[in-house]
Amino acid sequence: MYLEMKHIYKTFDGFHASNDVNFSVEKGDLAALLGPSGSGKTTILRMIAGLDTPDSGDIIINNVKVNSLPGSKRGIGFVFQNYALFRYMTVAGNIAFGLEVQKKSKAEIKERVEELLELISMQDLGKRYPHQLSGGQRQRVAFARALAPNPLLLLLDEPFAAIDAKVRRELRTWLKEMIARVGITSIFVTHDQEEAMEVADTIIVTNQGRVEQIGTPEEICLHPQTDFVADFIDTKRYQAMLLQ
Amino acid sequence: MKKEATQEYEQDLVGDGINSIQKVIDPHKTEAAHATKYVLISVCAFFLFVMLVLPLIVVVINALRDGWAAYTEAVFDEYTVKALQLTLLATVSAVAVNTVFGVFASYLLSKFYFRGRQLLSALIDIPFSISPVIAGLIFILTFGNVGWMGDFLKAHNIKIVFAVPGIILATIFVTFPFVFRELLPVLNAQGKDEEEAAALMGAKGFTIFCRITFPHIKWALLYGIVLCTARAMGEFGAVSVLSGHLRGKTNTLPLHVEILYNEFNTTAAFAVSSILVILAILILIARNLIEWKRK
Repeated sequence: MYLEMKHIYKTFDGFHASNDVNFSVEKGDLAALLGPSGSGKTTILRMIAGLDTPDSGDIIINNVKVNSLPGSKRGIGFVFQNYALFRYMTVAGNIAFGLEVQKKSKAEIKERVEELLELISMQDLGKRYPHQLSGGQRQRVAFARALAPNPLLLLLDEPFAAIDAKVRRELRTWLKEMIARVGITSIFVTHDQEEAMEVADTIIVTNQGRVEQIGTPEEICLHPQTDFVADFIDTKRYQAMLLQ
Repeated sequence: MKKEATQEYEQDLVGDGINSIQKVIDPHKTEAAHATKYVLISVCAFFLFVMLVLPLIVVVINALRDGWAAYTEAVFDEYTVKALQLTLLATVSAVAVNTVFGVFASYLLSKFYFRGRQLLSALIDIPFSISPVIAGLIFILTFGNVGWMGDFLKAHNIKIVFAVPGIILATIFVTFPFVFRELLPVLNAQGKDEEEAAALMGAKGFTIFCRITFPHIKWALLYGIVLCTARAMGEFGAVSVLSGHLRGKTNTLPLHVEILYNEFNTTAAFAVSSILVILAILILIARNLIEWKRK
């Protein structure tokens, strides 16, 4: 098990955002946290990243209990919902930031930035600023920035929410391919079942602060374990899709 | 007709930020709208003339009434120069203190949630709502001979009231919300995402502030500093209560103007006023340059 969440509880002002959350993700897996808004999926992601602290329970990454470690020491790359690119830095500056903070040598930083710009096919756009980029390009930069310090685990919060429907499908395929190519264990949050079905190897369905079911897209579609899962996911449609 | 309208719109774009109004009211739409526009312009122009331009003309005419020699004599008078020095000292101190305070306070209130946030924000606004004279009295009652800390200060031979420290304190008090108020909305609009992203990459607080937060707030900060400077230089009420009006020692420019005027030395009073007017115009130019740069 690469990431393990054990009996996680978290309340905000009496609201149970996480209510005994248990799940694990295997190394190299691409997992989706799928659920309606307010089901606690973003809270789970933020707790893994160390941006929020669970009230109780253990978070284990690569066999190390990370509860008391700050986010920056957990080896995590995080892609924010609106990307949170540094607006006063260039694309290259954004990607280099994490490496500069780690006091890497100039040559090393330059090499890594070039490598990542090539990975996201934006070699010529390194000098642009975030506001000069399209939504899809911004997402690619956010992805490269998160990968730059070679994290153990990549977390993506609603990575496609800020992109218009037309390019979304294209980007999904792109992101799935990229993650496979880099081979990094990744978890993304989404409320869009189609997105989860298409992109993820494993789906973790959340509802009201609980995990309803964990499984591959096939398992979730063919054998929904709770009424909620059967109701929330349009199983018939995906069963047809899977048969094709 | 159409071309004229676009031209007018473009001019407004260059001029200032009121062009959004032009989009709503088409100036050529009806005769009535046309008339309304000119009536409103006349009212504004008349008001500004009576309240602003006329007094300025009076200042200049009176300052130069006895000729250039009398003017320069009043301006370069020993006490005037000392008053100008004290005004600048109080202004620079107040701006320095309030810039640091304003940055800290606005950062705190925009990035952290805690009990009493609203209360703190309201407290910072007190100098906006309180009379400066009351502000001056507060310091007399705290640091004066009969005040709370009077005995302590006397024992340690520290003089605050009727001395330069009191004037600086009063100026700081009256101007401390300016930088804070300019920064808070800008910091609120920025959100926390970029800073969280930087923190997750291992950046420390100071690095985050210098590389993420500061580039975002620098124009607002400069604007706040300019407003703070303008207010600090012109402060009269609070400083008047705390000064003791010792010529050459605790007299600021506005106080010096009053003293000269009360001595029926009208020409000198207006001449010294003209220094404040010139400083105000410089600040106004700085303000407009910053506003233009910000866009």
